[in-house]
Amino acid sequence: MTVTIAHYLVLAAILFSIAVAGIFINRKNMLLLLMCIELMLLAVNFNFIAFSRMLGDTLGQIFVFFILTVAAAEAAIGLAILVVLFRNRRSINVDALDSLKG
Amino acid sequence: MIDYALAAPEIFMTAAICVVLIVDVFLRQEKRWITYTLSMFALVGAAVVSLLFGTDSVATTFSGSYVADPAGNALKLFAYVIVALVFLYSRDYLERNGLYKGEFFVLGLFGLLGLMILVSGNNLLVLYLGLELQALSLYALVAFNRDSAAAAESAMKYFVLGSIASGMLLYGISILYGIAGTIELGPLAAALTEPGGLTVPAIVGLAFVIVGVAFKFGAVPFHMWIPDVYQGAPTPIALYVGSAPKIAAFALAWRVLVEGLGPLHVDWQGMLVILCVLSLVLGNFLAIVQTNFKRMLGYSTISHVGFILMGFIAGTENGVRDAMFYTIVYVLMATAAFGMIILLSRRGFEAESLDDFKGLNQRSPWFAFVMLLIMFSMTGVPPLVGFYAKLVVLQSVIEAGLVWLAALGVVAAVVGAFYYLRIVWYMYFAEAKDSSPLVAATDLRTAISVNGLSLLALGLFPGYLLNLCASVLG
Repeated sequence: MTVTIAHYLVLAAILFSIAVAGIFINRKNMLLLLMCIELMLLAVNFNFIAFSRMLGDTLGQIFVFFILTVAAAEAAIGLAILVVLFRNRRSINVDALDSLKG
Repeated sequence: MIDYALAAPEIFMTAAICVVLIVDVFLRQEKRWITYTLSMFALVGAAVVSLLFGTDSVATTFSGSYVADPAGNALKLFAYVIVALVFLYSRDYLERNGLYKGEFFVLGLFGLLGLMILVSGNNLLVLYLGLELQALSLYALVAFNRDSAAAAESAMKYFVLGSIASGMLLYGISILYGIAGTIELGPLAAALTEPGGLTVPAIVGLAFVIVGVAFKFGAVPFHMWIPDVYQGAPTPIALYVGSAPKIAAFALAWRVLVEGLGPLHVDWQGMLVILCVLSLVLGNFLAIVQTNFKRMLGYSTISHVGFILMGFIAGTENGVRDAMFYTIVYVLMATAAFGMIILLSRRGFEAESLDDFKGLNQRSPWFAFVMLLIMFSMTGVPPLVGFYAKLVVLQSVIEAGLVWLAALGVVAAVVGAFYYLRIVWYMYFAEAKDSSPLVAATDLRTAISVNGLSLLALGLFPGYLLNLCASVLG
């Protein structure tokens, strides 16, 4: 069996779906939310690299470098917010995010 | 050949932010006004650079990834004014509440830089980077008050939802890249017009991109962050989040949907109609039941977004002009409305409940009148500018043949009138709960009066701003 572009795209779609499902199903730990967000961006990277290889064009790979950099900055800010939240609430439970509603 | 002059405003702003960042480190708390002054000079300088290097024609540089055009220039100039107003309104409040720190100004300027890059982005990568630069600054700003549990909670919600939205946007971009083999807006549109192009995958990619755009705007069903952030964040930051990023959202929709994905107009029109109808209905009805003024403004934003989307739904040149006009008018109104909360607040007291507006006429007839102008403009009462903004977008959807949508817009505006006019009623006909005089600084009083009166002035001469929008969009 040869591995075609479709295999890569399906793999990326599955990873992306796992990430989205993880964000909405997970009700416990906020760290898992951050991990799911990372997984989402990595799934996108898979897509870009597969397309880049298919098209014989380096642009997709360059895009991936930028996404990786932004993902690192995003994770840093996400963790910083998590620390602030933990200091105020003494909990990183997703269910604890319920004081603002209406 | 790279023409750096076309990107001069961004280059200047980056340098200015670095200066503000470094100078601020060496300042003691009582010298913090230097950071404020420097930030204001950065904005004035950027405006001068934008005016000097502004072009009358469309020119691209950095291998076509960056575009300088009159519309982008006008949006940037407007954004400088709004951010300057935000800083001016905020200074007094930050000082009174122990939040007067350099980070506010630095992050505010970085957010503005992201907006400028987004406005001038000519390929999907630059648009994404501008979007993220602004979003990351906003996440940090919302969590700016470290000791507030509500602020931290709203920042976390904003961060998670915002990251999902940018993930979706990226997934859509990756699909479009795979189909068209390019991420530049012009060639992308050309590739999509080719007969026999892959339409079904393109629509899938488009749907993901729409999610990203809708999140930036805060259109239902991607609106969940707006009320929480407006309520949870300190008022100056809610003011910032509620004003300048709307310009960015407009720019993103205009660049991506109209310029890049224009050939798919028939497909995204339907998607935007759904977002528009849901935003108009849910935004207005949920705003009625709010008792917190900031949260109510959040839901009112959502309903205004419905009106902005109407311009895009029409998809014509006039439609985009009307959406731009509405965006500018809305941002002016939102800035003034949040400014009023700051004006009424004191040390340790946030005037964020609707009850705090009761009897304002007895405490200060002038500011009650300014607030009346703001609320009338948001409702859409002539001769204030909010009326013309609603009028032109409704006209554009009627021209596009969607009379039922225009009718829904009118009904939504009437429902919206209830909660705006309720505040006017509170101000003039209810007993004041506390009758202490206002303590705000003179610069804040002057600026907010000018801001409020500009709504009246623009309403008396709406043609000027409308023609300006039309001419820059060219």
